[in-house]
Formats: sequence, C-alpha cells, structure tokens
Amino acid sequence: MTYEELLTQTALSDERFIVMTAENRALVRNIPGKLGKRFIDTGITEQTMIGAAAGLALRGRIPVVHALASFLTMRAFEFVRTDAGIPNLPVKLSSFIPGFLSDGNGPTHQAVEDISLMRGIPNMTVFAPADEQDLVTMLPQIWNHPTPSYVRINTRKTDHQHAPFELGKAEVISKGEDVTILTYGLLFEQALIATEILKNEGLSVGLVNLRSLKPVDEQAILRATQGSNLTITLEDHFLTGGLYSIVAEVLLKHQLTAKVLPFALNEKWFKPSLLPNVLEYEGFTGKQIAEKILGYNTRSVQPEISIPQFSE
Amino acid sequence: MQIVNTPVNQLEATALKVREHIIKMSTDGGCFAGASLSAADLIVYLYSDFLSINKNNLDDPDRDYLFLSKGHDVPALYGTFAELGLLDKERLKNHLSTQDHIYWHPNTHIPGIEFHSGSLGHLPSVAIGVAMDIKIKGGTNKVVCIMGDGELNEGTCWEAVLVANAYKLDNLIFVIDRNHFQANMATEDLIPLEPLHDKFTAFGAAVKRIDGHSFDALHDAFSAYPFQKDKPNVVIADTVRGKGLPSIERRADRWFCNFNAGEVEDLLKELHGEHLTQLTSETLVVR
Repeated sequence: MTYEELLTQTALSDERFIVMTAENRALVRNIPGKLGKRFIDTGITEQTMIGAAAGLALRGRIPVVHALASFLTMRAFEFVRTDAGIPNLPVKLSSFIPGFLSDGNGPTHQAVEDISLMRGIPNMTVFAPADEQDLVTMLPQIWNHPTPSYVRINTRKTDHQHAPFELGKAEVISKGEDVTILTYGLLFEQALIATEILKNEGLSVGLVNLRSLKPVDEQAILRATQGSNLTITLEDHFLTGGLYSIVAEVLLKHQLTAKVLPFALNEKWFKPSLLPNVLEYEGFTGKQIAEKILGYNTRSVQPEISIPQFSE
Repeated sequence: MQIVNTPVNQLEATALKVREHIIKMSTDGGCFAGASLSAADLIVYLYSDFLSINKNNLDDPDRDYLFLSKGHDVPALYGTFAELGLLDKERLKNHLSTQDHIYWHPNTHIPGIEFHSGSLGHLPSVAIGVAMDIKIKGGTNKVVCIMGDGELNEGTCWEAVLVANAYKLDNLIFVIDRNHFQANMATEDLIPLEPLHDKFTAFGAAVKRIDGHSFDALHDAFSAYPFQKDKPNVVIADTVRGKGLPSIERRADRWFCNFNAGEVEDLLKELHGEHLTQLTSETLVVR
C-alpha cells in the first residue's frame, strides 16, 4: 500500500480527517477528486495552513497537513508550536523530502534540524519511518493518537519486512556485541548494507530502526549501548538535537556512559546533488559507513542507490 | 535616468542563447525549465540595459542589485551570466555536480548572485534592507527583486510592499514574473491573484503592467524609473511559462523538466523554429 492509498482510505472511512497542503501535491495527487471539500490546498502559505489546521482541529477534525519539510518545520514553526503545540491539537504533519531527500535543491530546502525542532515542542510526537512499508505500518496509530505529530515522509522501498509498530517502541532488527547501529528514516537502507559488510568482516552487529523519536524507546537505546562495544548513531540530520543528542540525553538520565560514533552533519549543510551523489560525497553510503567503522577498506560492493522519483 | 538601449535584435539573440543553456540544463537530473524560460527575457533585459552590474563592479557598494527571489528560474540567470561574461560557459556543464555549486536554486558561490534563495518570500525583505541602506547613505543605485506570481501567496511578499511604502523606497523595484502558473497548477485556479495591479496600487506601490517578452515594452517601462517619487516600483511582467518551446508552453505538467538526450536535441531545434518535439519523458510533479 502507498502513502496516498492509506491516506485516501483513512479519510474516506473517517469523516474527521481533512487533507491539507501548502501547494505541495506530490503525495496527494489523486486525493482532491476523492475527498471533495475535505481536501484543502491553501497555496504557498505554510503559516496560514497550520493556523487553519488548528481551527479545523478545534472543530473536531484531524487535519493531515503536507508541505516540504523545511518550510513545514521552519517557516511555520511558531504556528506549529503555538497553534498546535500549546493547545495539544491533533494536527498531523507530513513532511516531504526531509533530510537528504531534498537532493539537488540546496540549503533552503534541507530539513536537517527538523527532528530537533519538532521534539522541542511539548505535546508533539516525532516519527521517522525507514521505508514505505514502515511508513504505512506506523501511520494508522500516529494519525489516531490524540496529540500533534510530525512524520518524516519516506516512500523509498527496501526489501526489509518490518515488524508491527508500537508507538514509542523501536524495531530491533538484530542484536550484536561488537557494534550496534541506531538509525531512522532514509539511512535505514544504507544501514542494512553496512550491517552486511560488517558481518562479512566477522563482527557481531546489531541494527535498530528507531522509528519513534518522541516518545523514544529508552530501553532499546540502553540495551544497545550497554550490550555492544560500540554504538553508531546514523542520521541525515545535524549532529545537534537529533539521534546523537537523544542517545546522550537517555544515557545521562540513567547515569550511564557508552562509546558512541555519530554519523551526522556537523555544523554544515550537505552538498546539493542527486541523492546517490549526495550520499557518496557526504560519506553516507553503506560501504563508506562500514569502512569508517572498521577503519579499513573492504572489497565489498556498494549496491546502486535509486534516484527519487516524483512522477505521477 | 540614463539606461542602455541595446538594439532589440541583439537582446533577442542573447535571450535565444540563454534559452539554449536552459534547455541543456534540463537533463541528467533536470531543472525548473518552465519557470526559467518565462523569466529569461526579463533577466536578459535587466542585466543588459537597466542594471549597472558587470564583472568589474561586483563588490562595488555603488553597483545595482538584483535579487532572484523565485529561485527556480536560476538557470536563466546562469545562462545570462554566461552570455554576458560573468560566468565561464564551461561551468554550466557542471549542473548538479558535487564538484561545483550549480544546482536548482541560487547561491552566492556563483559571483554575481547577491543572495541565495529557494524559500519563497524571503528576498523581498532582504532587498528592502539593501534599499534602505542605499537611502540612508544617499546612494543612487537601484535594487531589483524578481518574484514569481505563485510566490505572492506568501504573506511576507505583501509585508515587504507595506514596509517599502512606509519607508518610501522608490529605489526598489519588485518585478513579478506573471506566468500564471505555480508548480503544477494555474494560479487563478488555486489562490487567485487578480486584480494584481490594483492590489499593489492599494498597498502603496507605483505599478506598471507589461508584456514581459517584449523588449520594447521592458525598455519603455524601465525607462520611466523611478515611476513615482517616494513610492516603491512594481513591474508586473505578463509572461508565458515555457516561453520559446511551444511543446511545453503553458503546460501545468512541464514545470520541473528532466528530458532525455534526444528530447534536448529536438527542443533545441524547436527553439529555432523547427517542428514540435514529441516528448516521451515522464512529466514530473512538485518537487
């Protein structure tokens, strides 16, 4: 099932749902004809869209709102915080092309602080699915939960069959004593590749798909960091405020420490190019990740990375 | 107000070359070709005749300024820079390469680009700041900000006109690339903008509405700068998205274009008046 199919089905079966967009229809191309007046496109007005979503929520609606991740989280930030966060209204944010997925657009379109910003809002919940199957597995609970939510939309496909979703729980793919990779979102597909390479080099490797970043699965983080010699945090996000920070907060809260190697953007935006080139340039391909962890080069082959398609 | 008066056939020749550059950038990942083609004549005119900007005065505080706020039209700016000697033509081949800085939105790694854009409704206010400082210092340099019509959805555009009026910024010119489309929709079908002339007038601007593909009309309008003492200037340039390529003109689904190599060849011929291109590449929707 695709994101659009799930949203259409959800909204058609539950009158409370309203689908909104700030003139970003890539994810909801066919919905206007199906939902009629319950589809609202406010034009390029992210702030007004969020305010209107709060008004709709005041009337008992559940607005699912769409815009590019950077504008949804940053241009409309104060509206999200003030109009959805303070009154704890179920405004459901679906952010398009977050992180590396903005590929050749440049820094204006790079949402690489979105997790940090959104999790800083009281009442807000924050999620980052690993692929399309993970996304549609997670969304029904997220949309039916009574709080505002932020979801990093990720419609890429991997071969992984995901476990059922429980809000606030991570998905533990494997456990390992040498290295455990904690990740979320788009980079899950590279983490799968890195894990295979590391295993082929004889290491015992754990992999955790965080999925729910707020509330976060503290026990999963504690088990990974305390049960493994090295923990990797892997994210297409600034080093500050994302998963690396979350792990640090959890460890400090429990008065524990761990050896943690972060893969993140440290005080910089990423080089704009097509996605496979971005990953290669920034050192985030599965092979590059594995070899940085190992400290040496391997004969492993990096599988081809598909270019995002936004065609109809 | 002394401005250059380049013969129209020379401006047209430059604009044709700029359009060739745009078409050549619409492959191997693609670019916002439709939005670039609508703005090409405007940009060529402004840099050729109206603005005092050249490779020798890019750091001169007394130069004129151009801010490209809609951003998607940056291939037209790259092409114009290449034709007017501000940018090495060879660099255009580096579009989307990690070895250069030529991608889908403007950035200041390219000499002559005053400010990055891509998030709509930012540069009208940045342009105000520059125009304010010029006024404070008693300068005579001009500040142009090119905005898209879809961009006018953003409230900050209208805040900028209010503030420009309050501060009597008659050295500031907002140019609207009125191509009647935003992303994959017609503007009037989504968030209607008309009557646009009246809206800007009501906000305190001195407004001219012209054919944005006529160099004579552009010359007449900009020769009248400043349009009215103490009022910000607005030029609404009626344009055609995809202008120059009838096979994509006014097409909602040909905004971001990633053509195959054969289509690029055919489109270059179409630009020079040959038959319409049979486009087979997939149309791309909002990015």
